[in-house]
Amino acid sequence: MNALVINDLVKRYDNGFEALKGCNLTVEAGDFFALLGPNGAGKSTAIGIISSLVRPTSGRVSVFGHDVVQEPEAAKRMLGLVPQEINFNQFEPILEILINVGGYNGIARNEARDRAEHYLNQLSLWDKRRASARELSGGMKRRLMIARALIHHPGLLILDEPTAGVDIEIRRSMWDFLQKMNADNGTTIILTTHYLEEAEALCRNVAIIDQGSIVEQGQVASLLSRSMVETFVLDLDAAPESPPLLDNITINSLSDNRLEVEVPRGTNLNQLFAALERQSIQVMSMRNKTNRLEEFFLRLVKSQ
Amino acid sequence: MSDTNDNSHLAVNLVAFRTIVVREVMRFVRIWVQTITPPAINALLYMLIFGGLIGSRIEEMGGHPYMDFIVPGLIMMAVIINSYSNVSSSFFSNKFQRNIEELLIAPISNFTILAGFVVGGVCRGLCVGVVVAVVSLFFTKLVPEHYFITIAVTILTAIMFSLGGLINGIFARSFDDISIVPNFVLTPLTYLGGIFYSIEFLSPFWQTVSLANPVMYMINGFRFGILGSSDIDIRVAFGVIIAFIIVLGFIALRLLNRGVGIKH
Repeated sequence: MNALVINDLVKRYDNGFEALKGCNLTVEAGDFFALLGPNGAGKSTAIGIISSLVRPTSGRVSVFGHDVVQEPEAAKRMLGLVPQEINFNQFEPILEILINVGGYNGIARNEARDRAEHYLNQLSLWDKRRASARELSGGMKRRLMIARALIHHPGLLILDEPTAGVDIEIRRSMWDFLQKMNADNGTTIILTTHYLEEAEALCRNVAIIDQGSIVEQGQVASLLSRSMVETFVLDLDAAPESPPLLDNITINSLSDNRLEVEVPRGTNLNQLFAALERQSIQVMSMRNKTNRLEEFFLRLVKSQ
Repeated sequence: MSDTNDNSHLAVNLVAFRTIVVREVMRFVRIWVQTITPPAINALLYMLIFGGLIGSRIEEMGGHPYMDFIVPGLIMMAVIINSYSNVSSSFFSNKFQRNIEELLIAPISNFTILAGFVVGGVCRGLCVGVVVAVVSLFFTKLVPEHYFITIAVTILTAIMFSLGGLINGIFARSFDDISIVPNFVLTPLTYLGGIFYSIEFLSPFWQTVSLANPVMYMINGFRFGILGSSDIDIRVAFGVIIAFIIVLGFIALRLLNRGVGIKH
């Protein structure tokens, strides 16, 4: 069963700007899926159409087999949305926000309260239940939006940059929570993010959207295997007098004690260390300059 | 997987409707100092100045003591302005903070959203109307001549102006936009709708012009319910109010269905 199917989706705004140009995408039920793309690529427009906040110009979108235009209410029942921007009543206590959203989804008040308690506890917000939303920190607001999106137990959860501006500790706890939702409840999760290490760590499948079209889609592992080179940054014990001579390895830069090299995929790194050793260059530490998915993403978007 | 699948469409919409109404009522009750007190003080001042000081020098209006004549108009004015402004400000505030999206992505019909906001506005209008009526008891002993007509006209008027407020909220792009209509359209129409005078006192030309003012039908309909007489035939008053409700309801629902002001 597919959680989401998008066919030939086009969105042209009133000012003539075409945000989506025949977008096609399929996400299987139970998947943890990343939708990546540069700013203005069409990610938020696509999410807006899936969640009925934006009207499509043409094309079809279905959520668990329900067309979002023909059967909007059936499609919406299956969908939870964590939007990019904060969009709750800033003056309402957060427990009330969750109970009300439960009510909008047809959940009786007592049941909605129990669910709100469950999710607020899970997301470490229960102590703040009587606080108004404007009193929360940025990270708490993000977690509140996740709790709100889950209150009606949707089969498909869409998160539009859920960890933007969130510190690393909270980000990791949100990752754990989402992974648990996906593994334990089978909730299909679609994530857009600018932190590509987040997508690489969490998602099994990925699609890359650019200029309104899906330009790449597949398993994260399979896309990464197509990455031709990796960039490493080496910290040296001392700055060499001249750039070292290295076969099949490109030197991107050399400054002070830092050497940046581009290594073709499959190269045995021992050859790199041996060549440096021969030239009396000692490597003290080494790291990837960017994560592998980021490397792949940048190359793909540049080539478009 | 969603567990609301088995719930009937109607049951989901009923729960959502009740949730919106309760939320709307709690909103104006929570800020009662801003929503309930000012209209009560306004009405009190009108009754003191126009009814007490000036009215004591006017013998009768429309066959009734002047204070008795103006009280139904003052109650109706409070109902009109409060039901209108409750919905326009609440709907716009939902748009402004973008929490309207909570409703737009919920599995409910636009009619449920419309009905929830309108009933919230009706509750505020009725609540303020009752408070003003209680204040008026310090000045006059009014007992409705026709209870059903009094209640029916009040509720229908509140529905009509709540719908008007919703349309205003849908189109509004700034807080200024939700104050323009009450200040420059609603208040003049209300004052010229016969709160303080009977249209019998106007020249034939201005009597005809007054008939184009929809608020006059509501004030006179309500006055008929309270006093048993008015400038307008009660059947005509009901006809006009119901016609406006149908037209405004149709427009408001169409705007919501088309996503005007709320969807791209």
